[in-house]
Amino acid sequence: MSAAVVSMRNIVTRFGENLVHNDVNLTVYKGEIYGLLGGSGSGKSTLLREMIMLLRPESGSVEVLGHDVLHIKHTEAAELRKKWGVLFQSGALYTSLTVAENIAITLKEYTSLPPDLIDSIVMAKISMVGLPEHAASLYPAELSGGMVKRASLARALSMDPQILFLDEPTSGLDPVGAEAFDKLIVSLREHLGFTVVMVTHDLDSIWTIVDRLCVLGDKKVVAEGSLEEVMQSTHPTIESFFRGSRGTIRSRV
Amino acid sequence: MANIEINYKNDICQIECSGGWTLDSVAEVSPQLKKALSAIGEASDVILDITSVEVFDSAGAILLLNYADKFKGKGYHVNITGASEEQQRMLAMYRQQLATTTTETQLNPRSIAARLEHLGEKSINYVLGTAHFFAFLGETFNALIYYFVHPSSIRFRAIFKNIEEAGVRALPIIALTAFLIGVVIAYQSAVQLEKFGASIFIVDMIGIAVTRELSPLITAIVVAGRSGSSYTAQLGVMKITEEIDAMKTMGFDPYRFLVLPRIIALMIAMPLMIFFADLIGILGGMFIANVQLNMSYSEFASRLQSVLDIKHVWVGIIKGPFFAGLIAAVGCYRGFQVSYNTESIGRYTTISVVNAIFLVIACDAAFSVVLTELGI
Repeated sequence: MSAAVVSMRNIVTRFGENLVHNDVNLTVYKGEIYGLLGGSGSGKSTLLREMIMLLRPESGSVEVLGHDVLHIKHTEAAELRKKWGVLFQSGALYTSLTVAENIAITLKEYTSLPPDLIDSIVMAKISMVGLPEHAASLYPAELSGGMVKRASLARALSMDPQILFLDEPTSGLDPVGAEAFDKLIVSLREHLGFTVVMVTHDLDSIWTIVDRLCVLGDKKVVAEGSLEEVMQSTHPTIESFFRGSRGTIRSRV
Repeated sequence: MANIEINYKNDICQIECSGGWTLDSVAEVSPQLKKALSAIGEASDVILDITSVEVFDSAGAILLLNYADKFKGKGYHVNITGASEEQQRMLAMYRQQLATTTTETQLNPRSIAARLEHLGEKSINYVLGTAHFFAFLGETFNALIYYFVHPSSIRFRAIFKNIEEAGVRALPIIALTAFLIGVVIAYQSAVQLEKFGASIFIVDMIGIAVTRELSPLITAIVVAGRSGSSYTAQLGVMKITEEIDAMKTMGFDPYRFLVLPRIIALMIAMPLMIFFADLIGILGGMFIANVQLNMSYSEFASRLQSVLDIKHVWVGIIKGPFFAGLIAAVGCYRGFQVSYNTESIGRYTTISVVNAIFLVIACDAAFSVVLTELGI
């Protein structure tokens, strides 16, 4: 089995009185596409935010690429942040910059590459995520929903990350666009060899691209493993998730 | 560390690449390659050997491909050798991506044509901007007529809320500035008037200057900074979050629901605020006259009663609705102009305050000229 890239142990999260996670454990291995599943309010996005140092759990330990992110030094954290790319649910592109500037910003800040090379890299990333060339000079407000997702994926890829964190990458896309986006992620993973951690409720993505997944329910991880392993579970959360009318259609096929 | 080493063999120029070709390190090798490109000697073939490259990422791959193209452009036959299977796959992928991108031609920003284009664009935008402002005023007037035809549609709650927000809550800051203005005027004139033994005229000075000119102007400037800017920011954020579009789809005309209540509220609140500023400003002057010139409060008050014609107070207060209309209209108009990015909120808020203060002063100047001509 390959090395663990992200591991979370005994995570407890509380927002005021509201207990969100009670002893959550999960492990993501190198090179896989890992899905975080669960109903609304089950704390999937919260877990993701804890991995990328936007939130601190009340207790437990979080390790990303071998760094203990809860007790990390400032400089180490800065290094770690260059090794991952994050795609936010709404894209979170900087609205005052063009798509090309959005992608170039980390390259300009963190490397001393000559400007023409940065331009080439930016154009390569833009074409890599399937955006048309003229999109480079557009502002985020001028893009369609699907293009925003692609542009923010290109931005997440700008520093050749080792891990890609995706928060509901296919939400807000039509089924055709969502499938294309899933295929894009798989093909990029093949070429670039990164690990993907994604929060999703898209059953199609779960069936087609996710290698391993965990399902959150009752403030815990109710099942973790490959899809077949997870489907063995008889936990009510999994029953309702995969054997609801939307799930059954898929499992019959 | 990324590095290159150049060797010539017969008519082959062999460039040995080594080290880690990554985002962090290829910056070192890029100037070396540039030098190699310009200094290349007698050769027909260029071989880029990447056998000893340890790590390779998108920056390394793209740099290598870029220079391969540049050598090709100079007429050399270029070969990339020694790539591992993975590196070959990466290079092939980036080659494909780069092939689809072409450099676009742009006008040189310093050329005369580009400058003329810029000038023309600015001029057209200026004319369109003025037209848009009139369109805004027209829409607002239209909504006002609707109010008159359907008085039940007047948004009284919104108007009262705006009066509280823009008027009542502004009283402390207006009191403070008006008091200080009274103090400043009294101090300056006390010194001059004392020289002539004409101290009693400080009452005329303060009474007329404060009520007729200073308190309307100071109140308007405070309100433009406080409420004009907040109107722009509020409407701008509502536009970005599509709240204004949502209102339109529900049949809530933004001019009736957002713009008019603000304009009406400010037009009601402003004269009252000016009257309040009059009182506090005179109080400030009275206080200094007492301290500096030993003039008793009752003496000041009785003199004020005989010299301050009521028309001066009215002139000051009449200006209120005009100033308020300008400030609120500009504030709302600029708010609607905000485009879908966060930077434009800041830009339009600044523009709104600057425009409002300018318009208020211009309007005040117009009042001065007209009233003087009329002999009021």
